[in-house]
Amino acid sequence: MASTAKTLYEKIWNAHVVERRDDGTCLIWIDRHLVHEVTSPQAFEALRVAGRKVRRPDLTLAVPDHNLPTTARRDSAGLRIPIADPESAQQLAALERNAPEFGIRLIGDADAEQGIVHVVGPEQGFSLPGATIVCGDSHTACHGGLGALAFGIGTSEVEHVLATQTLLLKQSKTMEVRVEGDLGPGVTAKDVVLYICGVLGASGGTGYVIEYTGSAIRGLSVEGRLTVSNMAIEHGARAGLIAPDDKTIAYVEGRPYAPKGADWDKAVAWWRSLATDAGARYDRVVIIDAADIQPTVTWGTSPEDTGAIGGVVPDPASFADPSKQEAAQKSLAYMGLTAGQKLSEVEVQNVFIGSCTNSRIEDMRAAAAVVKGRQKAANVRWAIVVPGSGLVKAQAEAEGLDKIFIAAGIEWREPGCSACLAMNPDKVPAGERCASTSNRNFVGRQGPGARTHLVSPAMAAAAAVTGKLTDVRELIG
Amino acid sequence: MTPIRHVAGTAIPFGRKNVDTDVIIPAHWLKTITRTGLGRGAFETIRAEPGNIFDDPAYTGAQILIAGDNFGCGSSREHAAWALLDMGITCVLAPSFSDIFSGNAFKNGILTVCLPQDAIDRLMEVAKDHPIDIDLETQTVTTPFQDRFTFDIDPFRKACLLDGLDEVGLTLARDAAIRKHEAKISADLPFLAQAG
Ligand code: SF4
Repeated sequence: MASTAKTLYEKIWNAHVVERRDDGTCLIWIDRHLVHEVTSPQAFEALRVAGRKVRRPDLTLAVPDHNLPTTARRDSAGLRIPIADPESAQQLAALERNAPEFGIRLIGDADAEQGIVHVVGPEQGFSLPGATIVCGDSHTACHGGLGALAFGIGTSEVEHVLATQTLLLKQSKTMEVRVEGDLGPGVTAKDVVLYICGVLGASGGTGYVIEYTGSAIRGLSVEGRLTVSNMAIEHGARAGLIAPDDKTIAYVEGRPYAPKGADWDKAVAWWRSLATDAGARYDRVVIIDAADIQPTVTWGTSPEDTGAIGGVVPDPASFADPSKQEAAQKSLAYMGLTAGQKLSEVEVQNVFIGSCTNSRIEDMRAAAAVVKGRQKAANVRWAIVVPGSGLVKAQAEAEGLDKIFIAAGIEWREPGCSACLAMNPDKVPAGERCASTSNRNFVGRQGPGARTHLVSPAMAAAAAVTGKLTDVRELIG
Repeated sequence: MTPIRHVAGTAIPFGRKNVDTDVIIPAHWLKTITRTGLGRGAFETIRAEPGNIFDDPAYTGAQILIAGDNFGCGSSREHAAWALLDMGITCVLAPSFSDIFSGNAFKNGILTVCLPQDAIDRLMEVAKDHPIDIDLETQTVTTPFQDRFTFDIDPFRKACLLDGLDEVGLTLARDAAIRKHEAKISADLPFLAQAG
């Protein structure tokens, strides 16, 4: 007998199928489309050339983030400070032209709500549980933390969604990653997802949509869940999902784009019905004991290269797979590390706290709690905190967090993608190390030759004050 | 998109194997804002070599490129297809293509034709000083010397290329179904049907 029990993914998918073709491809309705300056110019250009319109500008929101400098954007007279890189300036100018031309709301570089698209979407209530959400950016999976089916798309697909508000997709397989138990002190959402990256590997989720479940996930705040889902793509998954619950509903309520009145009640009732039914089957299940997760760092050039802070750099020969042995060898050469070296003795010259993975208010608070009353270590050349949006920045300033960072010698910046990727002025110099709260430690990601160690905000703050990768539990007692 | 029925004329006998998308269009061209204009960056590193085939006056205005095995491998950048189109290429012949590249080429109205290595070798020879003829309707490649090679193509892709239909155009043709769904979510899930 076919089971009628459904997973969260299947319920959202089914609610969005416009048409199913014979070969199994489905035309899927898209509820929300976030647009930024890097992957959209050619999509708008194609619409213009073909004389097409944006079908639902009201379901589309444009926010510049990747190219924006995180230094002041207006001078004392309120005039725009020109952007030095002409190509960055050109991409930003294109978005500023295209959004109004096609009737799309633009949250511009000087608006209080501007920030990283994946921070702005949930913060504005534009991203909602149960919605299909796309953006021309692979970390769109982030919004899955709300229980939205969210994934990154390419420029042709951006054009397709702009013109039709739909996408052609094949249904993914489902995987449950269940994290049961209590997280230890100093262990955060970021450590959980880095640990999962280590368990699944960078391609373990390929072809799947992953639902994160279990008491440790339910115990996370909504912001922590966004951090976990953000990195679903780093284990190769199309999207991540976490079932909406009371915390999600409380998070969404009252936000500018959130439903109101009778619509709100209807929404809440539907969101409560979305959780995976008892007896529903996943194609694969991975179970993790929360007690096994320690504060985690990466040592290599793939997010799967993770280790507990108390551990050592692994010996490439210790990997069973010969191609992984070779990759690990290359990683260690690039990273300037030797097998057997203690991770807690690796010195860093740079610290970056920010990115769509970790730039929300709780991240700011966690970092400030560690920094408070301490000073940036002398060997740390550059340490910056980049809030994920103007609203996060304002909130942090209202709580005095900016003063804690500045007093410690850490810079407090304007919102944007910043040193997450080397597309704006915030870069890590070749050969130097960076303890970074971002999501990718690829070769050259933070600048040519830059060496990235992915960590949580608390761990990044600990590295800033000690000058090396440090077990934050030693500082928080 | 411009329909493709028949492409005939000069072909560039390039033939190199494993040409990745970084060779087709180097990464520093990715920060552009238009699809057009990328032709200037196409095969930039090869064009830096004196006497390279792309700047050979014998092949100016060619719409056909004859390439080697595994053409378009590497990064998924759609810019590779845009760059070829912008340099005037509408048809690429090769023993094999990377999947992502041929998908991107198709989406942009470029015909990719797979032929066995010996057929490609023969066409490379002919193309040095004679035109090549590709007919999509009959799925054949011919030369002035009575050579005749047939090729396979996915029927859906063939139909789209013949009629100049792009994926966006095809989906727009499903407007009735889309409207129906839109009406349904407005009734059932009004909070998703509208933002705010
Ligand atoms: S912060 Fe980094 S990962 Fe996130 S959207 Fe920006 S560049 Fe992409």
